[in-house]
Amino acid sequence: MTTAPAISAARETTAIRSESLCRYYRMGENVIRAVDGISLEIPSGEFVALLGSSGSGKSSMLNLIAGLDRPTSGSVVVQERDLAKLSREELAKYRLHVVGMVFQSFNLIPSMTIAENVELPLRFAEVERSRREALAMEALERVGLRARIHHRPTELSGGEQQRAALARALINRPQLLLADEPTGNLDSHTGIEIMDLIREFNQQMGMTVVMVTHERALAERYAERMISLADGKLVDDRPNTPLAGRTREAQS
Amino acid sequence: MKISDLSELAVRNLRESVLRNSLTTVGISVGVASLVAMLSLGTGLQQLFTRRLEKSGLFDTIVVSSRREMRGMGRDSERTGVNPAESRVLDEPARREMEKLANVVEAYPDIRLQTELRFEDKPHLTMVSALPQSAKSNDAFDDMQGSFFSSEIAPEAILQKSFAEELLGKTPALGAPEPNVADLAKPLLGKELTMVYPQREAVSQPPLRPSDVASSENVAAESYSVVSREQKLKIVGVSDLDPESMRGPMRGKLFIPLKLAENLHIMQAADLRDIAHSGDAAVYGSISVRVKDPSQVKGVEDAIKSMGFSTFSILDASRSMQQVFKVLFAFLGIFGSLALTVASIGIVNTLVMAILERRREIGIMKAIGASDADVKKLFFAEAGAMGILGGIVGVVFGWAIGQVINFGTNIYLRRQSIPPEHFWAVPWWLAVFAVVFAVIVSLVSGLYPATRAARLDPVQALRYE
Repeated sequence: MTTAPAISAARETTAIRSESLCRYYRMGENVIRAVDGISLEIPSGEFVALLGSSGSGKSSMLNLIAGLDRPTSGSVVVQERDLAKLSREELAKYRLHVVGMVFQSFNLIPSMTIAENVELPLRFAEVERSRREALAMEALERVGLRARIHHRPTELSGGEQQRAALARALINRPQLLLADEPTGNLDSHTGIEIMDLIREFNQQMGMTVVMVTHERALAERYAERMISLADGKLVDDRPNTPLAGRTREAQS
Repeated sequence: MKISDLSELAVRNLRESVLRNSLTTVGISVGVASLVAMLSLGTGLQQLFTRRLEKSGLFDTIVVSSRREMRGMGRDSERTGVNPAESRVLDEPARREMEKLANVVEAYPDIRLQTELRFEDKPHLTMVSALPQSAKSNDAFDDMQGSFFSSEIAPEAILQKSFAEELLGKTPALGAPEPNVADLAKPLLGKELTMVYPQREAVSQPPLRPSDVASSENVAAESYSVVSREQKLKIVGVSDLDPESMRGPMRGKLFIPLKLAENLHIMQAADLRDIAHSGDAAVYGSISVRVKDPSQVKGVEDAIKSMGFSTFSILDASRSMQQVFKVLFAFLGIFGSLALTVASIGIVNTLVMAILERRREIGIMKAIGASDADVKKLFFAEAGAMGILGGIVGVVFGWAIGQVINFGTNIYLRRQSIPPEHFWAVPWWLAVFAVVFAVIVSLVSGLYPATRAARLDPVQALRYE
């Protein structure tokens, strides 16, 4: 396998770069500075945790990287695309092909079966039905949900739903996995299972992972780098040295 | 997104809120049904009138007469052109020639004479006219008592109502109620009457006198004599309507089969006039030429004129009728569309509700890569699916309404002793048009909701619970 050298080579390129990134909201008379002049650089293949209390701006930051929202000023460049300059149509393509997203509340479509949910992005990408089914099956196999493909989301446990959401995020083989509190609605045991899966994707597929969480312990256990935000500003950015937790985990 | 995926997702979404979407679809089908009902009434009436006009034979028949016929003197067509005395004789070869013209269905001689008829030893004078078998489809015979001629040479007669009244001595006084044709027919059908007629008989050996021999020019090669004959006719039918109304005072009151009349060699006025040209062969006073379609009358008429005959036809009135029907159609269409307009508001309402309900779902789809166009198309597909379904159900519904009203009206007509009619028609093009129209209306109604859904901000939508 040539994945290891490929990943190390990828590390030298920049996946995400933001410069003086701002996102302000107007709430009546007040202006809320959700993201207030954040400049950072994330190399390809890195596992980054965005930490901060509620209202610190971490989710807003994630939405800007995901291309779901546009900056008020400054720039965010992902894989050499300046997202502020993309049209709505181009942003949709970017979300479809470059980004995979998982959310705290799973966000599966309740009227669809698990398999249909997972293959939904492929419908937007106009992939043939037979290929779509094969890819969905492969992704579901990977997250250990093959047996539940015909179930609806409501018939699954929280952990299973988040696995399905992960399978959906992976189906287009994105370069970037953005996770917004992925374990927020899960018990700690299930949360660890999901985090293990995310780390697996990061390590085996060289996917850059940006995870928003307020659980410092979780971040310390899995992330390589921890970026802390408060009031929309970057207050701390440091590597999670010396990956002690990670090594321990690997040994066990 | 591919069309197959779009339609699959649209149908799935529609099934998610079955009740609401079904009600909206019922709204569309009621709208389409009212449109179809209105337009099919228009179409049915138009077809009824066209059928009636065609059957009347008024507009697809050309009456051809010889230019030698001087009765119509003074008409433009007769003042110009060939000198009548030098023009062709209207005889059997001319008739055959006309029958061979393009678009001509048949050309038959017009044999009519005013003569004496004896019924129960009492003489009556009337106009006798010979009819071809094709006249059976004339609407005047649709509701006649008895039947049409059993064959083209059968010694049978059909009476027009007024002559039947005369035979029975029941002619009503002016203003008095008309006797029922069925009552008139009862004592007459199957009875016999005797027609007295002049027969043209060929003379094989013309009587020559010595004085004639001296001048050879006076010797006719052929000649005929006129003999009084009688023919017994069985009354087979009594017609209420007047099949020859267009002929005015020349119209027949008693009809016999055309071939029978020809075989009897009934003497016609033209025979006498053109004896110098035809000798023993029959000469016709006029020939009726029937064309396939009223629109072809002009062409055939020109062709016959170029043969050297005078023609007469009634201008195709069906064209101005079409204009009237177009206006009627537009009015019926507008009234019919009103319900569909109301239904389209229902579509807008349903889809706007769907956006509210599926706000989060739209956010999810956008987050995982759906473009504005994908979301828009999805809502369009849902509107279109409701349109197709509502359209099809509506056409069936509209057709059923038509059938019921047709049935009810015919019961009423029958009570009034008016024969039943089919004035409700849903031709295939109307059905297709109605479905297509329903889809277009639905898509237009879906325009606003679809655009609104497409412009939804994904971050807001995802936050929505």
